[in-house]
Amino acid sequence: MTWAVLLGLCAVSYLLKAIGPLLAGGRELGPETRRALELVAVPLLAALIVVQAFSSGRHLVADARVPALAVAAVLAWRRAPFLVIVVVAAATAALLRAVT
Amino acid sequence: MPRAVISSAIGIGLAAGLYAVSFGVLAVAAGMTPAQACVMSMLVFTGASQFAFVGVLTAGGGALAAAAPAVMLALRNAAYGISLVPVFPRSLRERAVLSHLVIDETTAMARAQDDPLAARRAFLATGVSVWVFWNTGTLVGALIGNGIGDPRTYGLDAMFPAAFLALLVPQLRRAGAPVSAIAGAAIAIALVPFTPAGVPVIAAIAGLVPGLLWARSVRA
Repeated sequence: MTWAVLLGLCAVSYLLKAIGPLLAGGRELGPETRRALELVAVPLLAALIVVQAFSSGRHLVADARVPALAVAAVLAWRRAPFLVIVVVAAATAALLRAVT
Repeated sequence: MPRAVISSAIGIGLAAGLYAVSFGVLAVAAGMTPAQACVMSMLVFTGASQFAFVGVLTAGGGALAAAAPAVMLALRNAAYGISLVPVFPRSLRERAVLSHLVIDETTAMARAQDDPLAARRAFLATGVSVWVFWNTGTLVGALIGNGIGDPRTYGLDAMFPAAFLALLVPQLRRAGAPVSAIAGAAIAIALVPFTPAGVPVIAAIAGLVPGLLWARSVRA
């Protein structure tokens, strides 16, 4: 693990975040563009959920994370606070792993 | 600032701090020094990228191989940054500083508000809260290192999908959002067995297209 790669990653990460605010700042966006940008996070978040719940490397798996996600889904649907959702999900997975 | 925003910001920060502990533990276990883990959390400051990086190191990959999926996952922050342009202040210096806080959680919190000023406040509150807890958690995790054993014993890995789900659900009310979510999830799952880490999530951006078409047909 070299510091050079790590610091390069730091720089790239920042530039990606800043490219919009620094280059497009102050400009008005059209309604179509705005609608598209407002929706961008949705497919990405959905992808992160399924990838982090159902995969291990390149393998699709179903382990304790799946019932944990199901519990989280019920809580999120019932509008439970954020911290309650993630802590109960972790506890569900931990409990299932402890008893199996 | 509304109390609900502050309590959400602290809740999201606390959750981030908890999984930052698991990041610190995993980073040190993967061969990074505690200083490297802490610098990464302070300056990269985007959780999914950091976990992807450590995941590749753990699997035996080199630093450059680990950086590739981390960068691909960070690409979505560029989309978030562009989407936040109407929310950001006009001052270039302020935009330069606030840009560092552009992540999933801050974008989702900003998106959940009704007007640009409320969105900016929610973004800032969430960003500061997550940054503080994220770095504190990383330091704690890096220092206790291997002492706690496998983080999965505590279900820490299950926190990620749950947290992203909690961020997604409030956004599903938007026209076309459920279609985009299903399409994005389907694309990602289909690609997992065939592509390197990071690619399925980036490719899922294509899920935007059916969502937009759906929203347009509903409006027409």
